[in-house]
Amino acid sequence: MSAQSLNGPSGATTERRFPPVAELGAAALMLIVAGGIYMASYAPRRPPLGVPIALAAASGVLVVANIFMAARTKQFAWDKFFLVGRWTLLSYLIAAALIEFAFVKDHVRGGPLALITAMLVLFAVIVPLIISYTVARYQSTRTDTA
Amino acid sequence: MMTDTTAGISTNGPAAVDLGPPPGAPVRPVIQIVPLKGLPIVGVVLAFLVASIGFNWQWGLDFNHVAGGALWTGIDLFVGLIVGPILGRLSIPARAEFSARFMPKMVLLMPTLVAMTLASGFQLALDLGNLKPSSPNHAWLIVSFVVVGVMAVIALGILEPANLAVLFEMRKPRPNGEVIAKLMKRFIYTAGITGLMQVATLIIMTRVASQ
Repeated sequence: MSAQSLNGPSGATTERRFPPVAELGAAALMLIVAGGIYMASYAPRRPPLGVPIALAAASGVLVVANIFMAARTKQFAWDKFFLVGRWTLLSYLIAAALIEFAFVKDHVRGGPLALITAMLVLFAVIVPLIISYTVARYQSTRTDTA
Repeated sequence: MMTDTTAGISTNGPAAVDLGPPPGAPVRPVIQIVPLKGLPIVGVVLAFLVASIGFNWQWGLDFNHVAGGALWTGIDLFVGLIVGPILGRLSIPARAEFSARFMPKMVLLMPTLVAMTLASGFQLALDLGNLKPSSPNHAWLIVSFVVVGVMAVIALGILEPANLAVLFEMRKPRPNGEVIAKLMKRFIYTAGITGLMQVATLIIMTRVASQ
């Protein structure tokens, strides 16, 4: 469980708990990476899709749960979250597009391409979510009391 | 509350009130989280990478993979094993000033090197037939995928968020040293794993190149 320790002016420690968005995001990222490795290990053959579909679906569930948890965070630096989120989203969409381009160039088609696209979309959402939530979380921890 | 008066960094406490740096204190460098001057260079490198893949340009793929991989591994090991421990022994103001100038550059440099290395490497493996199950290099490459996967999760899920959070903290008039130290611990904890993965990459890639 994530917790931010703050020493107050008197030295007393106060803690603010945040939902484990970054931790779950890292787990979702791990599932996507595992699915990607599984599919890449079959290249240039057509990979069986059962395992990567299961991994992508599990990752998708974690991402949805993560977005839900993040959205419910109260007293949060949402301005910083969206500031960082939109730029990191742009950069990871570009990265995902580059990877998609490589797979299209390598004649990946049909079901495998659709699955790779879905995994890349998840990838392009997860990483900005982890980054922007982490930045905003540490911008939200101060109680602003003298 | 203990406050480092030379850098205006609170080392113990929430730095609740924005007092700004004390009179006479040296001016801290203004932190640009993403160095905009570097973006055109990244654009050129990525365009070169896309062209190399798109046109199956052998030299371009080799250049991207060898140059990108050498720099990625070298910088990772150098920073993790040499710079990191030195940085850990510096005073907090010195650490803060070094990090303020160093980390924004890493925000652009490392993802670019990783993209160069991985995209061209996968293409080379396909072109050279190293991914075919009959290839003696097949198993080595699958292991290298796993190694890269571990490094990707550490880099994207743990280190990059911490890097950006530290930079945002350091942009504040009175950064909280405790928050920065807590985030920087992630680099220390993961340096060993990343170092091990990079050494494994060196072994795998030299094996692949010599078979």
